[in-house]
Amino acid sequence: MTMQFGFPVLTTLIFLPLMAAGVLLFVRQERTMRLLTMVVGVLECLLCLRLFSYSPHGAAFQFVEKVNWVPALGMSYHLGLDGLSLYMVLLTALMLPLCVLGSWTYISTRIKEFHFCLLLMTSACIGVFAALDFVLFYVFWEAMLVPMYLLIAVWGGPRRRYASIKFFLYTLAGSTLLLAAIVAFRQVGGSFSIPELLEKSYSFKFQIWAFVAMALAFAIKVPMFPFHTWLPAAHVEAPAAGSVLLAAILLKMGTYGFLRFCLPLTPAASVVAAPVMIALSIASIIYGGCIALGQTDIKKLIAYSSVGHMGFVTLGIFLFSVSGISGAILQMLNHGITTGGLFMMVGLLYERSHSREILDNQGLGKHMPAFMFLLGLFSFSSLAFPGTNSFVGEILVLVGAFKGSVWIGFLAVPGAMLAAAYMLRLLQRVTWGAPTSFKPSWWDLKPREWATLLPLAVLVFYIGLAPSLAIKTIEPSIERVLTTMKSKNMAMGISEDRHLAQRLHLPALTVPGDRDPIQKERP
Amino acid sequence: MITTKLLPELWLLATISALFVASVSGRKRSVLSWLPVAAIIGVVITALSLGVRGEILFGAYRLDGLSQFFKLAIAAGFAIVAGIGAGKRDSEDFSPDYFMLLGISAWGLMLLASSVELITLYLALELSSYSLYALIPIRGKDRRAAEAGIKYIMFGSAVTAAALFGLSYIMAAKHTTYLAALASSSWSFSSAPLAVIGLTLFLAGFFYKLALFPFHFWCPDVYQGAKNETAAYVATIPKLGAVVVLVRLAALFTHGMEVTNLFAVLGALSMTGGNLAALVQRDLKRLLGYSSVAHAGYVMLGLAAGSAAGLTAASFYSLAYILMNLACFYVVCAISKDGENPTLDDLNGLYRRGPGLAMILAVAAFALVGLPPTAGFTGKLFLLSAAWDQGYHWFVIVAVLNTAISIYYYLGMVRHAYTGQSEAPALTVSKGYIAFGGVLAMVVLLVGILPAPLYDLAARAAAALHP
Repeated sequence: MTMQFGFPVLTTLIFLPLMAAGVLLFVRQERTMRLLTMVVGVLECLLCLRLFSYSPHGAAFQFVEKVNWVPALGMSYHLGLDGLSLYMVLLTALMLPLCVLGSWTYISTRIKEFHFCLLLMTSACIGVFAALDFVLFYVFWEAMLVPMYLLIAVWGGPRRRYASIKFFLYTLAGSTLLLAAIVAFRQVGGSFSIPELLEKSYSFKFQIWAFVAMALAFAIKVPMFPFHTWLPAAHVEAPAAGSVLLAAILLKMGTYGFLRFCLPLTPAASVVAAPVMIALSIASIIYGGCIALGQTDIKKLIAYSSVGHMGFVTLGIFLFSVSGISGAILQMLNHGITTGGLFMMVGLLYERSHSREILDNQGLGKHMPAFMFLLGLFSFSSLAFPGTNSFVGEILVLVGAFKGSVWIGFLAVPGAMLAAAYMLRLLQRVTWGAPTSFKPSWWDLKPREWATLLPLAVLVFYIGLAPSLAIKTIEPSIERVLTTMKSKNMAMGISEDRHLAQRLHLPALTVPGDRDPIQKERP
Repeated sequence: MITTKLLPELWLLATISALFVASVSGRKRSVLSWLPVAAIIGVVITALSLGVRGEILFGAYRLDGLSQFFKLAIAAGFAIVAGIGAGKRDSEDFSPDYFMLLGISAWGLMLLASSVELITLYLALELSSYSLYALIPIRGKDRRAAEAGIKYIMFGSAVTAAALFGLSYIMAAKHTTYLAALASSSWSFSSAPLAVIGLTLFLAGFFYKLALFPFHFWCPDVYQGAKNETAAYVATIPKLGAVVVLVRLAALFTHGMEVTNLFAVLGALSMTGGNLAALVQRDLKRLLGYSSVAHAGYVMLGLAAGSAAGLTAASFYSLAYILMNLACFYVVCAISKDGENPTLDDLNGLYRRGPGLAMILAVAAFALVGLPPTAGFTGKLFLLSAAWDQGYHWFVIVAVLNTAISIYYYLGMVRHAYTGQSEAPALTVSKGYIAFGGVLAMVVLLVGILPAPLYDLAARAAAALHP
């Protein structure tokens, strides 16, 4: 085992929830189950404090742990963090205790199984972001589907059967080809280890196929415009905590996949595909915004706004500039915080009104001021109001977009305006609309609910006012990705003036031929 | 000493003899209490003799890594089926003769695993099949079982005839029936057309056992007609026998030969056909029948690759397959009322009626899909990477797309169990039965999380075939 630090912090982060899930099976009291999960959540957050010792200019991957897993095939249990994944792990750890708190009264049936699923989700999500072995990544990537499916299918709304199966089929169908790509990378790259694969360069033809296989999986997870239809269904039917996890963490896996795999592993294909990806991103932004404008269901509205926001993230990624990508990563983090907060609040509202329609939840401004303050805060953050976290991310992406091409910038800006339109419409109705079903028994925020939302509210301001800390941490990693891309493409002789057909015949740098050792094995 | 080397076979034979004695004596009921214990001792003995090597009967019967690996799998499968049967004490059909026939079939498969000569292979195959012909119709006075039995015999005898015919061609062309001698000669169609045709026919006998397309038509009908517990056996253990022989034969070929491509094409058709047909099934056993057709196709990935890695993967996957399929049948047997065939709707509300069973079913179903972290995933990964390394790219892509098709019906089982509503009363299943199934599910997970020891075992076995 090789480790930079004595204490295997990532392994602990992954296995602590798993072990707690095992213990949970033997707990009988409902209160104890909630408390146990809560304690695990807090412990996870405390463990994450160690991750702040990450040094931006240090090694590419830090907190590395490596143990052989299946040596015969070169699979290893290999974990590590860099700037791309660090904040995602932190966000995941933060979401666990908040979800437990947010579901304290929301979930009243099958409590043991609910917390079991939450814990499994946390392990799998941290695993996805920390894995440095392609197979290990895939294991966590798929393992997370089952608890998420159960969260929607068992605790969801009236159409949960439809929504959960759609979610499962869509995401699994997308990622089957990813498995083929992983197997293919092992053959040409000789390893499942991501750092080793990153060092090699692959032939253009191979890159195109690998890119398509990977991008399909990631685009469905994000979800990008034509593949987004599972998201509103899943969000609307999922319980509050499920929606929070879905929005805050699951969607980020797709964009993380683009950053971690597509850009550095298939740089030439990424450059070729960039116009398409940018077009799809802009389509997501505008389409998501327009559809959100017409929703009467609050959750659906936020779900479609997610499509738009994630469009900004993919747009930032495929601009291939430092500002674009750092904006994208910030936006991933921000979307997790803001939309996580919004979904949590919709959950609280649902506990009171038992409806997610805007119409049934109107006119709360006078009666629930604290609630409306926080809803307003998250809504403003969602429309990227200056001073809140999303503003920083979105402005960076837009700066990158205008740098890339003025047209891209012009096309993306209406998305930002649409966000203001649909969020303000929601806020106006809920605050000042004529109350239709308001009852005086609807209580304002309780201490537990404050505790659920306050950490997210603090982060909204913290990142909004002092974003440089986060940006400084992630920038070196982004620069590393971009230089890898550029140097590989340069070495392959890819430049703008070559046609696609010419590129297809370009040789690769270090692609092993048919006579390579890994191919030796013949019957 | 030959006796100590053959201890797994001898132990099973002794168990069969004891069952025979019990069936002719009056004490029929007590069998169920000692049989699982005897079967588990058999597993331990087989595990202990994993390292045994040797050759007897003039080289026709070889004890090598492959045979011992598969004997372990067969012994484990037999123990699980015996465990399922022992959980149903009130059924009239579980007489000692029933288990004796099961045992003889398993014994024949153990012999099959060690046979390295074509006629010995044939005899062992028939030994394991004959008792199944008798087993399948045993289901009270059920007419469907009789129909299934007739179908199995008719199909089986036709295919066996074809296999024997093929055997005669091989003997005529190669003048030997020893696999070792056959391996040293060429198997390309251009140099030995007669032998290749003969071998293809001979393989049909094993494709039939494996229920590979287009030899699969018996499979759903027989599963549906046979008793649940019989179906659990027929669906799993005989496949091991087929795989071990196919692994031995696949080592004869090199990449790109006609027979190898035949493996790949049949495999692709089998997985696609099986999965598509399974989508519309309501009867759980028919569904699992078509699913086993699809899984036979997956095994072909490794056999078509033919490399040491491919054969290892095929062996590993067949073991993983019997584990997860038995776990699935375990639940099917538990939920059926009075031994009737359960349908998907019978799974409704299982998570309320029997949470333990629902959990076992979920693990088994997700393993059959190939979701990590289960044995099904690691097995499939090994198969895919072996096939890709040998250049069967199209085959790999067909296989992964098939995963996407298959998810719907496997997930359907979980969906019915976890989200279906049912007024049916809670299932009365003994704690021991649940615990046994729980162990099975844990093994499926464990093999998925830590596959290395088992993989290395299979790899050592396969390496011996590729000197």
